[in-house]
Amino acid sequence: MHALHPAGAEPAAGSAGSASAKTSPGASSPGPSAASPGTGGSPAGAGQQRSEPLADGKTVLGPDEISRALTRVAHEILERTNGGSDVVLLGIPTRGVPLARRLAARLTQVEGRPAPAGSLDITMYRDDLRLRPARTLGHTAVPASGIDGRTVILVDDVLYSGRTIRAALDALGDLGRPRAVQLAVLVDRGHRELPIRADYVGKNLPTSQREVVQVLLTETDGEDAVVLGLSPAGGPAVTEAGR
Amino acid sequence: MKRHLISAADLSRDDALLILDTADELAQMADRPIRKLPTLRGRTVVNLFYEDSTRTRISFEAAAKRLSADVINFSAKGSSVAKGESLKDTALTLEAMGADAVVIRHPASGAPHRLAGWVRGSVVNAGDGTHEHPTQALLDAFTMRRRLGRLEGLRVTIVGDVLHSRVARSNVLLLQTLGADVTLVAPPTLLPVAVSSWPCEVSYDLSAVLPKTDVVMMLRVQAERMNAAYFPTVREYSRRYGLDGARMALLPEHAIVMHPGPMNRGVEIAAEVADSPRSTIVEQVANGVSVRMAVLYLLLGGSDPAGDPGGDPAGIERPVSDLAAALTAEVTR
Repeated sequence: MHALHPAGAEPAAGSAGSASAKTSPGASSPGPSAASPGTGGSPAGAGQQRSEPLADGKTVLGPDEISRALTRVAHEILERTNGGSDVVLLGIPTRGVPLARRLAARLTQVEGRPAPAGSLDITMYRDDLRLRPARTLGHTAVPASGIDGRTVILVDDVLYSGRTIRAALDALGDLGRPRAVQLAVLVDRGHRELPIRADYVGKNLPTSQREVVQVLLTETDGEDAVVLGLSPAGGPAVTEAGR
Repeated sequence: MKRHLISAADLSRDDALLILDTADELAQMADRPIRKLPTLRGRTVVNLFYEDSTRTRISFEAAAKRLSADVINFSAKGSSVAKGESLKDTALTLEAMGADAVVIRHPASGAPHRLAGWVRGSVVNAGDGTHEHPTQALLDAFTMRRRLGRLEGLRVTIVGDVLHSRVARSNVLLLQTLGADVTLVAPPTLLPVAVSSWPCEVSYDLSAVLPKTDVVMMLRVQAERMNAAYFPTVREYSRRYGLDGARMALLPEHAIVMHPGPMNRGVEIAAEVADSPRSTIVEQVANGVSVRMAVLYLLLGGSDPAGDPGGDPAGIERPVSDLAAALTAEVTR
């Protein structure tokens, strides 16, 4: 890893990705007061469509590290779901969807049986809809097997405030009744505003709220990278103050 | 997108495609166990209907309810309108009740446009006189795209009472924006005087046009607006401009038959055509809910001036309070 930024310098971060070593649920602290209600709006700090890397950003994870992290997460999923026979992976648009597909491909490779993957759009369930003009909807595609009685693993790129995941849980409740719901993320950057934690984490990335974590994936952006940079507007509180 | 939807001409190509794409996603919801989204919780949509309507009113009501908005239905019959209340006073009443959107159908062309100047919420035109019916055009375009996979370059023939049809006007405008080629077919008496300025072709011979048509849209003969002799007899109209089984056979294999409803079976469309697999009439009704959900979501789903407690544009509340003050003064005097 060639990251030089001070925030990500925690030595064991990459290997301590299991849920037990992760951040404690935000329940212990009601959430940073500095954060505006809409901070969780776009967890990746990136736009809906193809993103260019941040100009002054530092690459925290490269393609090989992302690939290794996903392979490890896939094995953790198999371990904790007894072989993953009833697992359904649902990616949250935009970048959760290709991540879910990549995880599904690894599960299939290891266990030799197809793992269903789909997507779950949460736009209509957001709690910050009124803070911005109406957003374009993403696509929801539930695998033919359905989600009733299955173990659903939500997949997203960055876990930040936890508000996206809250919305996803609401959306899931309207689609059916899974046996269990788990959460896999590529990057956990902390600063939870809700009592939500991830079950599988690719990398824990301690950040300041003035920073932006950007995940780039080949499928959407033409390259694989996790980039850490400063928010161009000087902090999320400012960018969200457009109301 | 603009704050109101009054005319299909208000929509740019991008706006129209955004509505259709959003409707595509929302249409999926029909297969779900729970057909409700929490998106417009706490918002109020008023259906203001000065003219009879079944499908449009029910469609808007279902759309608003599926998005969890509160719906208030208002029909001119049995309301203060019957006592002579003006549109403006009704509008101010709605304003005072905090309507976030007003869906209006009115027999007078231009009524939604006037209303938009009086209320702070969004105004959606659900049909005004012989002027426009933009959500019908959107759902027609949506249905065509679903059935035929594209709109660009599609040859659409609209047949019948174009003069009185708000559906035809909105469809011509929207389909032109979306890149389809429209041909109008009607008796000369049922075409507007200025039809030559519309972005479409005009023909008087239905059978000649049908072989070169991907979509044929039959319009209702609007008996309630027929206050002059537009054609000699219904039978003659039906023979020349009605769509029966023999005429339908002239259409290419893939072509579809549309009708905005309500139908006059045996006049503009034969029963065997209306019930054939090529007819999309029932589908249009189902698609109407998805398209209207998309419109309401895009108008009300984001930040919007009506929800902003800080602004009081155009002093709309002032006349009401002034009126109340005047009334109080009157009483005390």
